[in-house]
Order: sequence, then structure tokens, then C-alpha cells
Amino acid sequence: MTILKAYSQLSELGILGLNHRNAVYTLGFNERRFYPLVDDKVRTKSLCSEAGVAVPALYGTIEIERQVRDLPHIVAEQTEFVIKPAHGSGGDGIIVIKGQVKDKYRKANGVMISLEDLQHHISNVLSGMYSLGGATDTALIEYCVNFDPIFESISYQGVPDIRIIVCCGVPVMSMVRLPTRMSDGKANLHQGALGVGLDLATGTTLTAVLLNDVVTEHPDTANPVTGIKIPNWTDLLTLASRCYDIFHLGYLGVDIVLDKEYGPLLLEVNARPGLNIQIANQAGLLPRLNLVTNRACDLPDVHARVAFAIEHFHT
Amino acid sequence: MNRIHFYSLIFILSLLGLSIFFYKVAVLGFPLNPEEQSEVWNVETRITFQGKGETAKISMFTPQSIRPYVVTTESFVGQDYGVTEKTEGPNRLVTWSTREADGVQILYYRGIIRQMKDWETDIEEFIESPPPSQESQGKLPPLEGAFLQAGMALLGEVKDQSADTESLVLSLIRRLTKEEPAPHEALLLSQQPPEQAIAQVLTLNGTPARVVHGIELSREAKTVTLKVWLEVSEQNTWVPFDLELIQKGIPDPYLPWWRGDAPLFQIEGGTKLEFRLSVSPNQEKAIQAAVARGMVMNPAWLKFSLFSLPVETQVVYHILILIPVGAFLLVILRNVVGLKTFGTFMPILIALAFRETQLLWGLILFSMLIGLGLAVRFYLDHLKLLLVPRLAAVLIVVVLMMGALSVFSHHLGIVRGLSVALFPMVIVTMTIERMSIVWDERGPVEALQQAIGSLSVAALTYLLMSLQIMDYLFFTFPELLLILLAFTIALGRYTGYRLLEIRRFQRLLEQP
Repeated sequence: MTILKAYSQLSELGILGLNHRNAVYTLGFNERRFYPLVDDKVRTKSLCSEAGVAVPALYGTIEIERQVRDLPHIVAEQTEFVIKPAHGSGGDGIIVIKGQVKDKYRKANGVMISLEDLQHHISNVLSGMYSLGGATDTALIEYCVNFDPIFESISYQGVPDIRIIVCCGVPVMSMVRLPTRMSDGKANLHQGALGVGLDLATGTTLTAVLLNDVVTEHPDTANPVTGIKIPNWTDLLTLASRCYDIFHLGYLGVDIVLDKEYGPLLLEVNARPGLNIQIANQAGLLPRLNLVTNRACDLPDVHARVAFAIEHFHT
Repeated sequence: MNRIHFYSLIFILSLLGLSIFFYKVAVLGFPLNPEEQSEVWNVETRITFQGKGETAKISMFTPQSIRPYVVTTESFVGQDYGVTEKTEGPNRLVTWSTREADGVQILYYRGIIRQMKDWETDIEEFIESPPPSQESQGKLPPLEGAFLQAGMALLGEVKDQSADTESLVLSLIRRLTKEEPAPHEALLLSQQPPEQAIAQVLTLNGTPARVVHGIELSREAKTVTLKVWLEVSEQNTWVPFDLELIQKGIPDPYLPWWRGDAPLFQIEGGTKLEFRLSVSPNQEKAIQAAVARGMVMNPAWLKFSLFSLPVETQVVYHILILIPVGAFLLVILRNVVGLKTFGTFMPILIALAFRETQLLWGLILFSMLIGLGLAVRFYLDHLKLLLVPRLAAVLIVVVLMMGALSVFSHHLGIVRGLSVALFPMVIVTMTIERMSIVWDERGPVEALQQAIGSLSVAALTYLLMSLQIMDYLFFTFPELLLILLAFTIALGRYTGYRLLEIRRFQRLLEQP
């Protein structure tokens, strides 16, 4: 009985469950043929560049084992860079290099790593260790984001990112993920990153959730995380909404980082965005999704969609 | 996605599965309980004779199906003998023949007699005794001369005292089976057995009658002699009369063997013929009986059942047929409960291995393999091998460890340890690889959680698949898989919450 009660409570709150997301949203709104556009980060990047959406600059790609030895050349002029698998998911297989000391590289957490180790990691990426189904993969070497000082006081290593869920091109919910010591600099809520809900209309941070607890300050820096307003919020919403036109996916999660120099950069697009955003926002997705699918599925352009979101999803 | 299409598919699949299931249970009498027993009789005749070193030919009558008993699974055994079967008048005759019979010859006839269910008796297999007529009486030599006179006299006396055929037959039996028969009867009995005399006298009266040799099907095992009784035509059907009890009908279950006065055997080219007849009641699994009866009733139907496969293939299907059950459980545990496992079907394969190792040893051996494998995998990490060679290396080490575990446990006298060889090593290798990635990327807690999740799913799957009733039900009624398919398809559109999502969204539930 308590289980049924919990189910009805979840349903009253409009919580979207995994089965519901899979059956109705990812299967119903996303056509299979468009998945490769977002699953392959190289294609995502080039499509975005064509459409004029800013992405972190690509220094090079490594596609075959032979090219692994070219790594020093690719990063010769960079002290900071990121290596990531083109088909990775959930942040697996990403290495962030923040500096170079002689023939050693310094990772974001300060640990030194040899060139050999780095090349071995790339070999693993190429052989498909991090890709779905173990298919051979490509490694990307790209610009390492210098995040906007706005998050400086409330993140621990790693890169804080902003996730916006977009349904039929209308932004419906968003959050900021702040890395902590516990999450080892990763922006993954399972592993202890801080999830902060955002007011979709204004881009102001609401309460934060750490694992299952509501908190008001960052666990490592002790600075308050609520009430911070993200600058140029409407630009971010517009960017997220445009992904619908670029990738033709009706239900997606857009990950954006704020760079000190280049402003908002699109990091990646996810065709199966997770459900934790509901915990961070302490609100269910379903009422918002229903509103969009009933009333906003054929809005004419990006501006109309963003306006709809700002009007209806004010917290 | 058309909802009507979806639901009608589920409905049709369930309906189809259920109809076949109920047909088999209700009509074919397939028992739901695998332990249910049903009674059968094994009939065996052993024939020995001395061959003369020339062509030999032995003919024997064989038992006949009579409602509600049916003779099945007959076998005729004789080394270097050809066997032919034919119908002769009301009887079935089997003939063994060989070119050269020298020394002691042994022949066997075996058959299994099963009792059909009441509703199964309306089938053609029962060679309906032809309606009473001259031909169907078997060879009955007519009375002649003095015997004819005696017969007519006896008939005249008895006929005056009886009202109908039944009383006529009964008084004839009484007179001709007396210890000290009267003169007429004595003459009649001087050259033939009483049953034949009675049949002859009844024929004089224009009432068809015949002698029947058969066996009683008793509930106790005992040596059996052939029983003789009489069948008399009454309202155009054959009615049995018991000669010993002098009554209409025979109380015990009985089976006719042959009709007429001919001897059971005819032999050419042999001497010293001896035979031994045994009828032993036996218990057999009701399911075997049902299958055998089904073969009689509706062979086409059972031709397409798993029981028609060779035994060794059946053994394989006993295992295969349970995999869908495990898969269904997996669907529930993953999509309704929300457990995480390494690889989609890995727990099922592990559960299959548990069938051989048993649960406890399975868990111990599997954990040992994975643990040792992980240690090797972490060591190989230092060597910076490429993925595929590394996987192959882990696989080789896994095989070595399996061999070592088997040898050790063998020397320690732990028999179960040998069954480690049955673990699917490729699956073990992939599990080690995935676990080490999760370990590296998400930390040991997550890796152990997923490992324990996978093992508990495997254990649950094993427990479900090892239930004898599951094996029995799905092997006997494979159509239940259609119902399972319907449920699985239905679950494919289950968009409700998963059980563990309650814990996941706990925080939101606690809101005021």
C-alpha cells in the first residue's frame, strides 16, 4: 500500500519516471536516424559550427592508433586542453589537462600524468572502451573551458555546466551542476556533484540538492549557491532552443558552459537526458512537458518558443 | 503507435496461449502436477522354442484395444526375425519369420496397456468388433452327427426353461460346466472345451456366439493365465458372459486377446514351444501416459510437440525453454523494480551456470572468478595494453583460473568445484572488463553495487528457473510462452514508475 501511495504521490508531483521518459519522450519524440548527430560529438560540433552556435574550439581528432603519437604536436601550442571520446556518455573517459611540466601533464585535480599514460588513455578511447556497445571510437582534443567567474566561488575543480531540457524546441527545465570534491570534479549528480535548480524565466539559482539533501551552500567552498543570476540568460535559452532546429530531436538535454572569454559554449547534446534535474529543481517535468506538447508544439520560431518558456515556466 | 493494434496483439497472444493450454489440460488430459501418476499394465510374452536348423515361422495373436483400454508402444523382439502384422477376421496376428532357426530361439512381445479417459474413448483406434455375423465369430466347426443330435436335445431342454437370450446362455453355461455332466452334455464335452460347446449350441439356436481368450487387468501383480469367456450377440452387439461366475458381464477389467478356438500360437519349423505371459500393473508419470494416449488420439497434434523430439534434444529444450522465463523476470527486475545489472542478459547466463554449480557454490565460485579477474585486470592496466588484446588476455587468465579452481577443488574433494568449468567465460571476461571501467570511472561503491545487483538478479533468476514446476509447465505447455510474450510486450509499454525510483525521488516525496 505504501508503494502505491508513493506512486500516486510521485504522479501528483508530475515526476517523470525512466520508463515514461523512454517510452513516450525518447522513443516518441526522437527519431532514431537523428541520434548519430548528437551521439557523435565530432558531428555535433561541426553541425553547431555550421549553424553559428559557439562550441569549444577543436584542436584535433585522433581516429586511428597510428595518430596517437601525434598528440604532442596537436597540443604543442596549448597548455590546457580536454580529451574526450566522441561517443562517450555520462562524462566517462574525459581527461582535463590544466598544465604541462616538461614531459608531464597536470590534470584538473592536480595529479601529474605522463605522455605515455595519456596516449594509452587515447588508445582505450579508440578501441571503444567508453562507447556504447564497444564500437571503435574517435578521440577529440578540444579547448579547455575557462569558466565564467560567476561560478568561481561555488565549484570545486572541474567545469560547472548548465543543463537545459528542451521539448519541441521549448526549454522546459534547467539546472546548474557544480562539481564538488566528492564528485572528483565531475558534474555528475550521482557521484555527489551539486545540482542547483534554475528559474527558467530569469536564470536565477534556486535551492541546491547534494545527493538527497537540500543545501544552500557549496559543501567545499561554503559559499551560498542560491540567488545567483546567470548573465544573458535569454541567450542561453535561445541557444538551447536552436538545438531543436539543428538536431531535429523533439526531446533533448543541452549542456552549456559559460566561458570567461567566449561566453556560452555548447558542450554537448543528449538525446536521453537524465531525470535528476527534477531533484535539483524539486519539481516534476510532466506538467511542463504536457503544457508544451499540448500548446507549443508548432510555434513558428526560436523567439516564440523562448517567449513561451519564459512566460509559462516562471518559478 | 496504434493502441487498438497493441492491445489486440496482446489479447490474441494470450488467448492463443490459453486456448492451447486448456485444450491440452482438459481434452488431452495433460496433468498440471508433474508428480501425478497414472496406472498402466505392461504385457509381455516370452516365447522359446527349439529351432530345427531350417526356416521357422511363428504366428501369435496380439491383444486388442477395447474401450476403455488401448494397447500402445508395442514391440516385437526377435534376433534375425522379420515381423509382419495383419488382421485376420476379428483378430490381430503377428508373424515372426526367419530363414534359419537353430538351437534355442527366444522371441518377445511387449505392449503397454493404458486406460483412456472417458472422453477419449470416442476414437477410431478401437477396432470396433464387427457386428455379430458369421464371419466375426472366428472359426467355429459346426456340430455333426451324434453331436448335432445331442446339441439339439440340450437346446430343446434349456430353451423351454428360459425366457430370453440371457437366461438361455446362463443355463447352458450352468449345464455344460457342471462337475458331472448329464449324458448329452458329456458327449458334447468329450471332444471340445465347454466354451466351444456352448457357442456351438447357441449357433444352433441362431444366436451368434464366440469364444474369447483374454487377460484380466488386475491391480496386483500376479502370474496371469489366459482367461476364456463367451461373447453372445444380443441386440446386435457382443455381450460378454463369464463362465466361472456364470453371469453376464465380467467384473474385472479385462482385455480380449483373440477370438475363436484357434490356439494362441502356430509354429512351423520348431519344436518344444513354451511361452510365459506376464501382466504387471505399473505406475507411470501421468504426463507420459497423456502423451502416449495423445499419440493414439491425435498424432498430428503431438507430432509438433517437444515430446516428439529425441531424448537428448529434449534435455536441451528443458533448459532453453526456461530462458524466456528468466528473461521475463529480468524485464520485471529492471523495468519495474529498477535494478541495475552488468549487461542486459548476463544474469540469465550466470543463472544457467548456477544450474550445474548450485546456488551457494555458484555464488562463491563466481565471486572468486570475478575477484581474481579484477586483480589481473588492474595489473594489466599498468602494461598499457590495447583493448582487444587486453580482453583476450583476461579471457586466457579466466580460463586458467577456472582450470586451477577445478584442479584444486578436485584434490580437496569438493565435487562442486569442478562445475566452475560451466561458467560462460566470455561473459565472465566482459563482466570483469565492465566492472573495472565502472570501478575506475564511478568508484568502487558503484561497481560493487552493480556487481551485487547482477548477482542477486542471477540468483533470483536461478531460483525461479530451478523450480521443478516451472520446468515441467513450460516444457509440457510451451504455449505458455505466448502468454509470457504477451506480458513482455505489455511491459514494453509500461510507463509507470520503477520501484527504486521511490528511493531516487525520496527527497521530493518528503516535501510538505
